[in-house]
Amino acid sequence: MDLFGSFALLLAFVCALYAVAGGIAAILTRKALLIKSARHAGMAVCVLIFVAVGSLVYEFFTDNFSVAYVVAHSNRDLPAFYKISALWAGQEGSLLFWSTLLSVYVFSVLLTYRGKHPELMPYVGVILAGVQLFFLTLNNFVANPFRVLGTAGPGGILQVFTRADGNGLTPLLQYPEMVIHPPNLYAGYTGFTIPFAFALGALLARYPGEKWIHLTRKWTMVAWCFQTLGILMGAHWAYAVLGWGGYWSWDPVENASLMPWLTGTAFLHSVMMQEKRGMMKVWNVWLVFCTFLLCILGTLLTRSGLVSSVHAFAQSSIGSWFVGFLALVVVVCLAAFLKNHDYLRSENRLDSMISRESSFLFNNLILLVACIAVLSGTLFPVLSEWVEGSKISVGPPFFNKVNVPVGLLLLFLTGVGPLLAWRRTSLDSLKRNFAWPALAGLAAGALGYGLGFRDFFSLVCLMLSVFVTLTIAEEFYRGARVMRARTNSNWPSAMIQLSLRNTRRYGGYVVHLGIVMVFIGLAGAAFNQDKQAEMSIGSTMDIGRYHLVLQTMDSQPERNYTSERMMFEVMRGGRPLLMLYPERRFFPSNEQSGTMVAIYSTLREDLYVVYAGRSPETNLPVVHVFLNPLVKWIWLGGLVVVLGTFLALTPSRQPALVLQPATQSAATKGAAQTVPAAVSTYERES
Amino acid sequence: MGKQLKFGVGIGVILVSLGWLAWLGARESKTYYHTIAELGTLHGPDLRQRMRIGGTVRAGSIQKVAGRVDFVLGGEGKWLAVSYVGTDPLPDTFVDNSQALVEGRLAPDGRFVAEKVQAKCASKYEAAPSGPGRPVAPARADSST
Repeated sequence: MDLFGSFALLLAFVCALYAVAGGIAAILTRKALLIKSARHAGMAVCVLIFVAVGSLVYEFFTDNFSVAYVVAHSNRDLPAFYKISALWAGQEGSLLFWSTLLSVYVFSVLLTYRGKHPELMPYVGVILAGVQLFFLTLNNFVANPFRVLGTAGPGGILQVFTRADGNGLTPLLQYPEMVIHPPNLYAGYTGFTIPFAFALGALLARYPGEKWIHLTRKWTMVAWCFQTLGILMGAHWAYAVLGWGGYWSWDPVENASLMPWLTGTAFLHSVMMQEKRGMMKVWNVWLVFCTFLLCILGTLLTRSGLVSSVHAFAQSSIGSWFVGFLALVVVVCLAAFLKNHDYLRSENRLDSMISRESSFLFNNLILLVACIAVLSGTLFPVLSEWVEGSKISVGPPFFNKVNVPVGLLLLFLTGVGPLLAWRRTSLDSLKRNFAWPALAGLAAGALGYGLGFRDFFSLVCLMLSVFVTLTIAEEFYRGARVMRARTNSNWPSAMIQLSLRNTRRYGGYVVHLGIVMVFIGLAGAAFNQDKQAEMSIGSTMDIGRYHLVLQTMDSQPERNYTSERMMFEVMRGGRPLLMLYPERRFFPSNEQSGTMVAIYSTLREDLYVVYAGRSPETNLPVVHVFLNPLVKWIWLGGLVVVLGTFLALTPSRQPALVLQPATQSAATKGAAQTVPAAVSTYERES
Repeated sequence: MGKQLKFGVGIGVILVSLGWLAWLGARESKTYYHTIAELGTLHGPDLRQRMRIGGTVRAGSIQKVAGRVDFVLGGEGKWLAVSYVGTDPLPDTFVDNSQALVEGRLAPDGRFVAEKVQAKCASKYEAAPSGPGRPVAPARADSST
């Protein structure tokens, strides 16, 4: 099977090569048959990669320990569930997995738009195949997952040998979330290739109008949704597995996933300026180029050991390939831009400080500043070595100092932006839209202060969260009131109908609501507490409202590891509440340990108990207990974001009607007056 | 005031204040990477920097003393005595001949006082950039978190 997979992979490379070369020839000659064959080659890549992945999975399930990759990341006792995640546990497999997800996107794009947009699609096809070609080059010639263990036998003939068992999967990955987190994040990273290919293709083809934006909106949202989920799941994994009580440490790898998310979010917002007002064309094109480049940079950072971090030991020579590819992409983008920049001339200018446009502008600016701050902080060791000659790293205080105010500004714009009118907003409509939410926000702030909240940023976050939530609620209420009057339905069904008639707008509001929930959860971190102590059986610990008693400890061998477990009885208000079982697992196959954190999670707070190891002096078990307020809101907020994205992705029903109730609010009043035609056309298209 | 100018001023104010915050944050948290050999060449204020140093734990050097763990870190033929004073238990991967990364400051007597120790077993498995955007973090003992 390893030969089979290896050949499938090689054939995929050949097909991608043909899709690039044949595609370029097709663009030059305009021959329909050539266009078709290049497209088919692009689609065949996907099928072949699936054959390759299938055979690698087969190697894992049949315990073929002559394949080096299987030896490195699996063993006989590894549960089947984790044999699948072992596929992306190492360099070679994860790169193959990258190619796989990319090929799924490419296949879907080529299939969806076959025979449509004949001026644009050949360009898009070539760009997509070009990106695939790069990754398939790595899969085939640099990090091939099908390498076998062997020695040179007599006469120089290769003799394959098979190991009795593999090294096993690293314990940190033997956790259910690690099976779904990577595919999500990868689907995010690779998904941004689609808007990139369309933007570059449209620029190269001088494709008229804003059509490429309409075409890519859904693809971008899908990628964005996966990226959001991937980041949050990664944070949750770090929280639940690494056992240090936090979910985000500004590690280069975390930052790598955040950066394209920031520019991707900026792009999702600023394309609306281009759709409705024909502005920011240059900006949008570069935003999507940068998002793609940051995705590639992210892969470079995680694999090359370029930036020393917690992951300081991951060194690999693959970095130079990525640097070369980054340089090539930059050159191609720059050349396309210089050649065709007149195509990106703006049709309008900014009219007023208080308008939808300016709120988008500031939103973009702030997201970009956040991205630059994260990027420079991540690359600080590299940059400082160039400038000063000494490697300097910066820690969380650097990132937090910049990104906390940035986040709060963004939260403010989340509330304000959607209710501002295009072009300019009158003072009257400002009062009508914002007076109550703003007053309620201030009241919440005063109440919080009265209750003893003294942390400045948390207090601001509280006020803004109330403000934004109320502006969103107000929008739903106003729309539903009109809908109710017209259809004689009750409130819930009026709200549902309203949302289904303009999914893009109301889906957006739901996403914003999810983001508010995430912010509420993040603000809780200012009130975290933790305690650490050596404990013996019967000893107790108090934290917040909780009283913990160590009842007993046990140790038992499992199939793949030996576990050492503590049993805590948790009491609250003098009453027994539940038992918690923090655990340490020892994996004999690679002589490593893993921590299983025990968490009691409520909307108010998480009680987080870690068995941290044994004290070097007394050999007593050390327990580290954290009380983290509001953390659950982060994960719930993530779910709401996903639901909102799904809503925004569903086609709107009877779109023309939506403009009617919206004239109630100032936001669309302006839009309806100034650009009615554009709004209604795009509603039908989207 | 012209509209473009107003925008310019608004953007400028935001950028300058965030830049200032970034500078404050960088000053507060910057940590210098040094090799053990480089430590001998440092002078004056450089010796008081917060530093991060990597090396291999000398076999048999780990000693548990009340309130701290002492060990010797080696690299490029030089040795450095380290005292770990953090509160978290040391990672399980911290053993003789493992690779370790220590973070802290130099004491006046030349001993390195570490608040954080990260370790990775040198031999057993490849430095798995495990996966997906998130390589495996070696277990951390981190007194600041």
